[in-house]
Amino acid sequence: MPSLEINGARHELDADPQMPLLWALRDLAGLTGTKYGCGKALCGACTVHLDGSPVRACVTPLAAAAGRRVTTIEGLPADGSHPVQRAWVELDVVQCGYCQSGQVMSAVALLASIPAPTDADIDAAMRGNLCRCGTYQRIRAAIKRAAELLEAPR
Amino acid sequence: MSARSAGRDGAHTSRRMFIAGSGVVATGLLVPWYFAGRGGRVAGGLLADRGPGLSPNAFVRVAPDDSVTVWLANSEMGQGIFTSLTQILGEELDVDPRRIRVEFAPVDAAFNHPAMPMQFTGGSTSTSSGYERLRKAGATARAMLLAVAARRWGVAADSLETADGQVMGARRRAKYGELAQEAGALAPPSEVRLKDPADFRYIGRPLRRLDSLPKVTGRAQFGIDVIRADMAHAAIARAPTFGGGVRAVDDRATRAIPGVLGVQRIAAGVAVLATNTWAAQRGRDALVIDWAPASGSDLSSNDLRERYQALLREPGAIAKSAGDAPAVLAGGMRAIDVEYELPYLAHACMEPLNCVAHVTGDACEIWTGTQMQTTDRAAAARLLGMAPEKVQVHTTFLGGGFGRRGNPRADFVLEAVELSKAAGRPVKVTWSREDDMRGGWYRPCGLSRVRAAIDSDGLPVAWHHVIASQSVLRGSPFEGLIGDGKPDPTVAEGAADMPWAIPNLRVEVHEASSPVPVQWWRSVGHSHTGFVVNGVLDELAQLGGRDPLQLRQALLAGKPRHLAVLNAAARRAHWGQPQAPGHHLGIALQESFGSIVAQVAEVSVEGGAVRVHRMTCAIDCGFAVNPAGVIAQMESAVVFGLSAALHGEIGIERGGAVQSNFDDYPLLRIDEMPFVDTILVASDGPMGGAGEPGVPPVAPAVASAVFAATGRRIRRLPISSAP
Ligand code: FES
Ligand code: FES
Repeated sequence: MPSLEINGARHELDADPQMPLLWALRDLAGLTGTKYGCGKALCGACTVHLDGSPVRACVTPLAAAAGRRVTTIEGLPADGSHPVQRAWVELDVVQCGYCQSGQVMSAVALLASIPAPTDADIDAAMRGNLCRCGTYQRIRAAIKRAAELLEAPR
Repeated sequence: MSARSAGRDGAHTSRRMFIAGSGVVATGLLVPWYFAGRGGRVAGGLLADRGPGLSPNAFVRVAPDDSVTVWLANSEMGQGIFTSLTQILGEELDVDPRRIRVEFAPVDAAFNHPAMPMQFTGGSTSTSSGYERLRKAGATARAMLLAVAARRWGVAADSLETADGQVMGARRRAKYGELAQEAGALAPPSEVRLKDPADFRYIGRPLRRLDSLPKVTGRAQFGIDVIRADMAHAAIARAPTFGGGVRAVDDRATRAIPGVLGVQRIAAGVAVLATNTWAAQRGRDALVIDWAPASGSDLSSNDLRERYQALLREPGAIAKSAGDAPAVLAGGMRAIDVEYELPYLAHACMEPLNCVAHVTGDACEIWTGTQMQTTDRAAAARLLGMAPEKVQVHTTFLGGGFGRRGNPRADFVLEAVELSKAAGRPVKVTWSREDDMRGGWYRPCGLSRVRAAIDSDGLPVAWHHVIASQSVLRGSPFEGLIGDGKPDPTVAEGAADMPWAIPNLRVEVHEASSPVPVQWWRSVGHSHTGFVVNGVLDELAQLGGRDPLQLRQALLAGKPRHLAVLNAAARRAHWGQPQAPGHHLGIALQESFGSIVAQVAEVSVEGGAVRVHRMTCAIDCGFAVNPAGVIAQMESAVVFGLSAALHGEIGIERGGAVQSNFDDYPLLRIDEMPFVDTILVASDGPMGGAGEPGVPPVAPAVASAVFAATGRRIRRLPISSAP
């Protein structure tokens, strides 16, 4: 029975260790903020962090997550106060919103490793996250805005 | 199902011409306004369930706790109506839209589209169709709150003012919540005065989206997120050929998988029910099915192309005939005779199709993101042999729609209903991406043949346009809108009613048949005709030695709105001036859904690879309720159009779709994203749409720029497939 730390809480999941983390989060832990889009690491909708690094939960078996820290979109502040969330709201990034959990998680991970990303850094970190609504222009701007917010003394 | 049989829920609405997802609708809407006071025309229970306070109509409630709620008839699928419709109500009610609670309405005749006897979201009409009725809804509630304050304070109502949820007298003020209970006992006034637009505080000003917070915290609920107690998860094995069926199933391996609850044959195929989605998907993959192919199961895209090409040689049904194009074309002027081709396209919403249904003895509940609540409900009721009132539809956020979630057969809804009935418990069906991509209901493929001639000045004088494509309206709830003996008007929209001054214009349509099911796809027929008509204009410009912009200007004389849009885009993009080395411009304009959009693409081509650097986009949508929302929709439409122009194609082989996921059906990614520069061109035209009109000019503008860069004429999409 895989034991996981999800957003700081311990979960014992009665599941096959080969079950993708995505479905364990959504169907077993009831954390539906992480989305299914392709099941094959092609769209990024399912992006979560494992020990702070972005992974595609749809191709990450539970066994690979066991004993590690899983952070999902629900692990960000529920009031939207994370600088990435604030920038997203300020710049009206979202449209349908379905891809945005994954976009936000990829952006948070990018800024954690590169505090002032260039356009090329943004392309490299975000090109795995599809958005059918076409919010890329604002995602790019919001990542730069979030970098400013992170920089600013709080 | 015809428009007439859809009328059961609301026969009182107007029967005026309306086409879902089409620019054919006139948007200066006639609103069948009715008050829904106690004993009013809202179906039983709708208002009674609302709790205490003031709810004088279906759209609004002011509660004693000072909360204000709006019920939206339309579905939020990214296009921003969650914000714009709330903005409209807040304006007349005088409440800041940011503090209004938003609910998606239940199915009820009160929420029918003003132009059709059904509740649906399409045709880029949500904001325009909600405009008048939400203003009246807000103004009515406000008048009743004012009346209570006036009575309490013993003053005339017109001596009082309202602002941000309060009634204000000379020395006193009261929050709406304090007045709501008493106001709820009044009879709504039969007439209310609406604000002078000069006094608007919210409408017409950019407002940030009201649904951002739930969407950046993972809390927004999409259909795929719905969880009900004791719910089973289902995955369905679907026939690999369109129209195919099941001969035999061996489910032994499936039943051995932990978590699998059962296997059920339904109309859509063979369903596996399980305790979680993964087990259901594994169970589905373990089924051994002997499929019965449909007739025509050897169909390929090449077969279709050959059939359509043959049709283009035959006379079609007349969609437009002005002057005598064939006679002029026979006159030996300089002319072209060209063929354009567009493929099937999947909607590919980011949220794969899904639905939760719970059928109990004599009732049914459905949770899903749908664009067509009334017909979904009617279809479920028919399947179950129940009255429609026994079926409830709970609309969630939609992870994209683009037309796909308004299915004429309620396909993704009925399979969940069928399964829940069989299983006796709530069932969630989740389509895999492959199911979604290969499941049909595509934007139709189509071929066009255009013969066109120019006079000695290089101006087009005759245009004979024949289109072969499938109809999306036949067999849909909107079929009744096709005129007797006429072709489906959506096939020819944008060609038959093109704004260009062509003295002899003939447009003919062949409604082709194919086993591949089709439906409306963001911008419908305009997604074809925008490409073909603008492409032919460019070819005629070349033939006559004219500049593509200058020819378009010449053909728009007397159309100041169109000209203003065209020129705004051209000017902003520095048309006719030197560009960055290797960069070339192309231009297109299309009027659709009541709006006019012109786009200039800035493109370079290196080693055959097309790179779009910038899209300049000008739109005149008449009056914009939320200008920020219109700009966002232009950016969205550019990306949607670029995915189609550069990459999009569903090919057919052996009777089924070739593509299956985002590896072989690529969508635009962030590293291909051009900068989109949007200009809102002000006008006093009627309110047009925003969700769709930005799509049609994208492909032709890019194709035009590719020609400027390479001299290669793009007559087939996607560009990567052009010979
Ligand atoms: S669902 Fe995991 S990358 Fe698409
Ligand atoms: S916001 Fe809809 S897919 Fe990205």
